Amino acid sequence: MDVSQYLEIFIDETKEHLQSLNTQILNLEQEPENEDTINEIFRAAHSLKGMAGTMGYKRMQTLTHDMENVFSEVRNGNIKVKANMIDILFQCLDALEEYLDCIQSSADEGTNDNEPLIRALNEILSGNAENVQEEAKASAENVSGEVKEDIEETVEEGTEWTGIKLHDTEKTVIGKAVSQGKKAYGLTVYVQESCILKAARAFLVFKAVEELGEIIVSDPSAQDIEDEKFESSFNIVVISDASLSEIVKAAQSVSEIEKAVGGVLKVDPQSAAKPEVQEEKEGKDEEPSEDTPTVQQSVVSAPAAAKQEKKPAANKPVVNRTVRVDIEKLDSLMNLVSELIIAKNSLVSISAGGGNESVDNMAFNDQIEYLESVTTNLHESVMKVRMVPIESVVQKFPRMIRDLQKKLGKKMELYMTGEETELDRTVVDEIGDPLMHLLRNAADHGLESAQVRKERGKPEVGSIHLDAYQDGNNVIIEVSDDGGGIDAKTVKQKAIERGVISAEQAENMSEKEIINLLFLPSFSTAKEVTDVSGRGVGLDVVKSKIEALSGEVDVRTKYGVGSTWSICLPLTLAIIQALMVVVGNEKYAISLNSIDTIENITKEDIKYVQAKEVINLRGIVIPLVRLDEMLDIYKEKDEEEDIVVVIVRKGDKQVGLVVDELIGQQEIVIKSLGKYINKCKFISGATILGDGEVALILDTNAMI
Amino acid sequence: MDKLTENTAPAVINNNEDGYTAVEITQFIVVKFGEEQYGIDIKYVDNIVRMQHITRIPKVSNYIKGVINLRGEVVPVMSVRLKMDLSEDVETKATRIIILKLDQLGNIGILVDEVKEVVNLEEAQIERVSYDARDDVSNFIFGIGKYEGGLISLLDLDAVVLDKEMI
Repeated sequence: MDVSQYLEIFIDETKEHLQSLNTQILNLEQEPENEDTINEIFRAAHSLKGMAGTMGYKRMQTLTHDMENVFSEVRNGNIKVKANMIDILFQCLDALEEYLDCIQSSADEGTNDNEPLIRALNEILSGNAENVQEEAKASAENVSGEVKEDIEETVEEGTEWTGIKLHDTEKTVIGKAVSQGKKAYGLTVYVQESCILKAARAFLVFKAVEELGEIIVSDPSAQDIEDEKFESSFNIVVISDASLSEIVKAAQSVSEIEKAVGGVLKVDPQSAAKPEVQEEKEGKDEEPSEDTPTVQQSVVSAPAAAKQEKKPAANKPVVNRTVRVDIEKLDSLMNLVSELIIAKNSLVSISAGGGNESVDNMAFNDQIEYLESVTTNLHESVMKVRMVPIESVVQKFPRMIRDLQKKLGKKMELYMTGEETELDRTVVDEIGDPLMHLLRNAADHGLESAQVRKERGKPEVGSIHLDAYQDGNNVIIEVSDDGGGIDAKTVKQKAIERGVISAEQAENMSEKEIINLLFLPSFSTAKEVTDVSGRGVGLDVVKSKIEALSGEVDVRTKYGVGSTWSICLPLTLAIIQALMVVVGNEKYAISLNSIDTIENITKEDIKYVQAKEVINLRGIVIPLVRLDEMLDIYKEKDEEEDIVVVIVRKGDKQVGLVVDELIGQQEIVIKSLGKYINKCKFISGATILGDGEVALILDTNAMI
Repeated sequence: MDKLTENTAPAVINNNEDGYTAVEITQFIVVKFGEEQYGIDIKYVDNIVRMQHITRIPKVSNYIKGVINLRGEVVPVMSVRLKMDLSEDVETKATRIIILKLDQLGNIGILVDEVKEVVNLEEAQIERVSYDARDDVSNFIFGIGKYEGGLISLLDLDAVVLDKEMI
């Protein structure tokens, strides 16, 4: 039976079931006796098994089958839920997720049999659960040991990078470089298992290596690496004057890089065809080392080779990204489209009518108004279709916090609210990593150890809150903890030590400004580097990721009491409400989101502080920015008595923009200025006005 | 920086699949800046549009004139004259914007005084500028085409569009 057409549904539903299993098992850990939970788990495991069986994924079926057996015994009251059982179940879920990832990328479940896990499950069944954990651990260690050995071996052979396939053109390039006395090296870089932002690391490696030479080939391609479409290692070919050890050193100098191995690449253009065959073979042998040596790994090298054979054909995920849409949303969309057609027809009939002109005009205006309301509604509906609740992202966090709790040996609890808050699909996809980072930070740096907490008179169990809510046109997501807060003094010292700021500068900085230094690249105050965080990449990546989504990150903290990180994201990215203004003879758009108020002032209201223009607006001193000067706009008109000032805000800072004229509020579609023009920081994009002219969108954040 | 274009106009002789050799002909659009004729390889030309309102962009290099609306797409427009240190463009009826299609940078418009014709040049009619000269900051051509007694400077679009100092 051909089941490929059901693949998408299978993947979707499996994800849902896995998610619900994760949540339910967490519940089970809290209340081991809750029958509803146990039933729910049993049902989910049962459907998973059925689906996997139908789709022909035998390994997945076996694993879920054994899990189901365990749940069934628990349901019948024959086995009691124990902590180590929960651990094994979570490992099983991880293993299932691995299968799913495999299926998603290649439509094949892979070759991992997860025998230790199945054995562990069976031993729970046979009652001697006490020893099981130990054994599972032992066998897991064994296995990972084996994997490690495998890596050692391949490293000795140093063959992984030889798996890079070179095109003839690249071979000629290498040949040429070699004839010029340069050397070509192949290099395999292994990223650490625990690394979260692999792409960022890989980028740093690229940068480090490119300082010494030129990277001509990478496998996977640079684009794929950027998109994090690689496992724990990648290969590059470098042409350089430097020695091999220098290049390896450069690559290894990047943190979270486990190691880099390489060798001199010899290219023989004449026998180009032959070595390639051999390389392919070698590639197969190394497969195990490419696989991440996770706990559940069982190494079977022959089937692994089989997997390798399948891989190249299915480099791209076999399944497209989809959004599940509520049928009601689609219905309202359909309705609006039919209204749109009616509006169009009425316009056609008016223009064909040729009747009384004034009557026509009125009808025409009516229709335009109607059309306007239809398009606004249509826009809203389409946006709604793209919106998904952030639930899908935040659901995995309770599990993560549970694991962190064990790892860090701290007691903590995660409270989440507002999971139903909706955001654009693209934003939801991107927001996971930064949030995970902030949560890890909160767990690792934020919360103090139980002992310290006791001394400070706080409850032993630390709490981390993840709250999401909508605020006007924005969605706010806050991660807060009741931990130690950020010590501005430590940050200041660190900043001075690292030469980020000078001691004099530090004197004049407010606490807030100092804490914002944390967002600078490679700034970490953790005294010890732990497995969880503290390697100095983090907050800057969080910030740049959020800013790429046109959002903002902010932190409020009180030393000894806790800190709150808040992320502010726009609901939609493509269409915004904007105020159109005129400066000189040019039109600009200012995003309505950033505007506080619009003020009419007279010339006399302008005061001077340090030779800079300011106004005193209801007791608040606000600096003025003359847009015409800032944007080099030629202006012939003399200064008028009355001045229009648009007050814009970023965080708690305000600035007044002096404009000549207001046109009004308008919905604008944001267009990019393209890659060619990227030097103007005051402009965030462009839009096309009704008359076909292009107007620029001001980035008011850059002016504050 | 990667090359955007391979404006080493195609090799003189190409081995076709069936083994027979043909002389490559390259088509150039001939445009004018003042009295001088320039050629632009037609494979990079997407479109030629009439002069229209250009929205100025503040704080960018002087040779970037701004952006235009090309059927709903925002396209940057640059002045070749200013880039080559000639006098400022003077808008006339003949002024055109040539939209170039470059793989990495997307579409870019360049202002020209006048579009004259399309010519076919064989490799034999092209005199190439030496490699050393091409590194010169003030050099914007990769060769000179000889056509019906006239000379056509063949624009090196990389040099025209990118900042050589920055490369």
